[in-house]
Amino acid sequence: MAQHSRKGAQFQALTANRLADGIVVYLTSDNRWSESLQDADVAEGKEAGEALLARAQPTVDDNIVVEPYLFEIAREDGGIRAASVRETIRQAGPTVRLDLGKQAELPGVHR
Amino acid sequence: MQLIRNGEFVADDFATVGDEDALPDGAVIVSLERWQKERDALTARNTPLGVRLKSGQEPSAIAEDIDKLKVVALEFPVYRNGRAYSYARLLRERHGYKGEIRAVGNVLRDQFHFMVRCGFDALEVADNITPEIWAESVGAFSLSYQPATDGREPVLSLRQRLAARASAREAV
Amino acid sequence: MYRYDEFDYQIVNERVAQFRGQVARRLSGELTEDEFKPLRLMNGVYLQLHAYMLRVAIPYGTLSSKQLRMLAHIGRKYDRGYGHFTTRQNLQYNWPALKDMPDLLHDLATVEMHAIQTSGNCIRNVTSDQYAGAAKDEIEDPRIVSEIIRQWSTFHPEFSFLPRKFKIAVSGTPDDRAAIRVHDIGIQIVRDGKGAIGYEIYVGGGLGRTPMIGKKIADFVPKEDLLAYLEAIMRVYNMYGRRDNIYKARIKILVHEIGAEEMKRQVDAEFAEIRKTGALHLPAEEVARIQAYFAPPAYETLPDESTELNKAVLADRDFANWVKSNVAAHKVPGYAIVNISLKPIGGTPGDCSSDQMDAVADIAEKYSFDELRVTHEQNLTLADVRKKDLPAVHAALKAAGLATANINLITDQIACPGLDYCALANARSIPLAQQISERFSDLDRQHDIGELKINTSGCINACGHHHVGHIGILGVDKKGVEYYQVTLGGAADEKTAIGDIVGPAFTEEQIVDAIETIVTTYLSLRQPGERFIDTYRRTGIDPFKESLYATH
Ligand code: HEM
Ligand code: SF4
Repeated sequence: MAQHSRKGAQFQALTANRLADGIVVYLTSDNRWSESLQDADVAEGKEAGEALLARAQPTVDDNIVVEPYLFEIAREDGGIRAASVRETIRQAGPTVRLDLGKQAELPGVHR
Repeated sequence: MQLIRNGEFVADDFATVGDEDALPDGAVIVSLERWQKERDALTARNTPLGVRLKSGQEPSAIAEDIDKLKVVALEFPVYRNGRAYSYARLLRERHGYKGEIRAVGNVLRDQFHFMVRCGFDALEVADNITPEIWAESVGAFSLSYQPATDGREPVLSLRQRLAARASAREAV
Repeated sequence: MYRYDEFDYQIVNERVAQFRGQVARRLSGELTEDEFKPLRLMNGVYLQLHAYMLRVAIPYGTLSSKQLRMLAHIGRKYDRGYGHFTTRQNLQYNWPALKDMPDLLHDLATVEMHAIQTSGNCIRNVTSDQYAGAAKDEIEDPRIVSEIIRQWSTFHPEFSFLPRKFKIAVSGTPDDRAAIRVHDIGIQIVRDGKGAIGYEIYVGGGLGRTPMIGKKIADFVPKEDLLAYLEAIMRVYNMYGRRDNIYKARIKILVHEIGAEEMKRQVDAEFAEIRKTGALHLPAEEVARIQAYFAPPAYETLPDESTELNKAVLADRDFANWVKSNVAAHKVPGYAIVNISLKPIGGTPGDCSSDQMDAVADIAEKYSFDELRVTHEQNLTLADVRKKDLPAVHAALKAAGLATANINLITDQIACPGLDYCALANARSIPLAQQISERFSDLDRQHDIGELKINTSGCINACGHHHVGHIGILGVDKKGVEYYQVTLGGAADEKTAIGDIVGPAFTEEQIVDAIETIVTTYLSLRQPGERFIDTYRRTGIDPFKESLYATH
């Protein structure tokens, strides 16, 4: 499985791609998958992160999503921000096509 | 595990034995190492014999014994390791081996077609493989571009026959 | 160009049906992701950052107008209105849904196209010279043998699970536009002393983590033996290529470890055996059948000079600049080769919208015998345009936003998708290419700088060919921050060379200035008539090192 979180990361969220169309999704607190990072459930600390990963497993088994993994986030002004460039791009869309991806639908997600 | 031989689901009449195991009565498949060590004793048993080659053990290692062997089992440690496709072709085409070539190890349904084309006539497959799946997988392609071991006429020569027939018709 | 007969159609249609079944089994849960992944990868379907990605094969880069229109249609129907032409002359869609993939492939098959062997550890799409058939010094049209290889390698039962991917390129001219020396097998078409056509064979070239230049292991393989010879190379590789380490699995490592001499010896021995059976002997009739598809189009007899062209060059400076950089000499009098740049200033190298594809298809239909080419430098080529039509072609391209006049100039850059799309990336490639393009947008300056190739990859896999760029840029990741490492002196032509690393990597803020420093250093060093690469070869890396790092 991909390693996208820092060892000592304080806050983490869980992401995956939807099986049928590949779109990036995030696990919410009520165990649904949302297209918006802002809906993501945030785990604080290592154990809570692992619990998040465990909660995703049934939907992986049910073939709803593929390749789930944890990544580091920061809480900012009541919102959630991905810590790495990679996850920022993933949650928003290509930085070279601001008209495409989630940034086109969800204003302000890019940086 | 089930055995498919020449397209039929059959009971395996060979026992695959480990290097330290006692030999049971009847037909056995042994490792290359055991074969090399106990060749005379094994031959003297006068029962059908098979040798199992791991990836990296080339067919040339048994080239001289080929007449003594009823089965050569070629191992796919993972389906991604495709060396045994070459081994099977070499056994048939270079060494003239006529006995059974058996695919063992990580043998997946999406590879049946390729294996048969390379000269495998027996495959050890997972228990969930049904005759329907076998038929669908092995028959996924009714045509092939390149010659291989199965004797199937490649597209290239089908084209030539078609052309020859067309010109014969014109000549009439 | 080649047209499918009933046999080709049947094979491709059976493949679509097979993949439809595999997708259905995955969506229903009958297959797990682990089981499905290798199956989708056999058909060019990757999972990228934002969505799935599909790579469509464009065999040796040749397309008909009808095929390009279908690619445009697919872009609209299943994607987001565009596609990305790659350094392997293929097209990638960035957003198709898995559930739509079977229908998409069905649509593709209606125009004789597929995604077969565009990924996976098999023999990939064969690439070739975009000037095939039109180049002045061509010995033979390389597409003939490319098509023969395409067929032989398609679903090859013995070579579908090689140690690693396998790429073959063919060049039919002494000038190598197909980068054959950085391919697993490079085929150079040659003529022997008696005038017979045969093949010089290079093996073990490649980029990626360990870049290597291919070694010549045969001076002349006769035409009828080519497939037997290739099968011999493949068998040696399949049996002895390393499988213990993915980074050491390419044939280049095998050739490096055992040496080119030993490789040649083993291939020759295997070749002798295969040849004996005669099964792969290539009949002259089949060669002739395929050759007929690539017969020259119905060229008109024209004077080589065109007064229309000469007049337009004098009248329109934009047009004149475009002719200067984008138009190349053709073997037939009165004709020219037109290169369409997919590198607009500030744009994404290789991207093309569906509308632009339609426009190019119309232009190709009207002015270039209904056919076009994709280049390994991520541009398009119209191979057979009448010189007198050049003004009209230029105007039509301009209307579609495709008249950028920069072929082989500094803004004609190669860049991989990088971190904007690619799940393996360390850093972004496209924004870098865009900033460099904007920095050097002044056309007079570009012409003053002359031929200069900047290639950028977002990670060590080297999809952007950075090792063989005159200036190469490699994205690296340092603790979550993007950095860029620069190499100098690479080349992918008949004088192929791997670039030398110039020194410590640059930050995103520094990199464009660093490129500018390299360029001004070259300008201050160059002697009359020298291109960047010539100057570099003369002076070596030191003056560049000095100007880059002394001031920092
Ligand atoms: C976006 C999805 C892509 C993925 C996941 C991907 C993956 C890879 C990997 C893993 C390698 C290294 C293979 C090796 O050395 O064994 C590679 C090499 C390469 N790829 Fe890609 N690639 C992608 C897109 C592209 C694109 C868009 C292009 C063209 C612009 C391209 C052209 C190449 C070329 C030319 C090589 C170098 C071949 C060599 O090593 O000899 N790839 N790719
Ligand atoms: S070079 Fe790396 S970042 Fe660029 S496309 Fe290839 S794998 Fe992705």
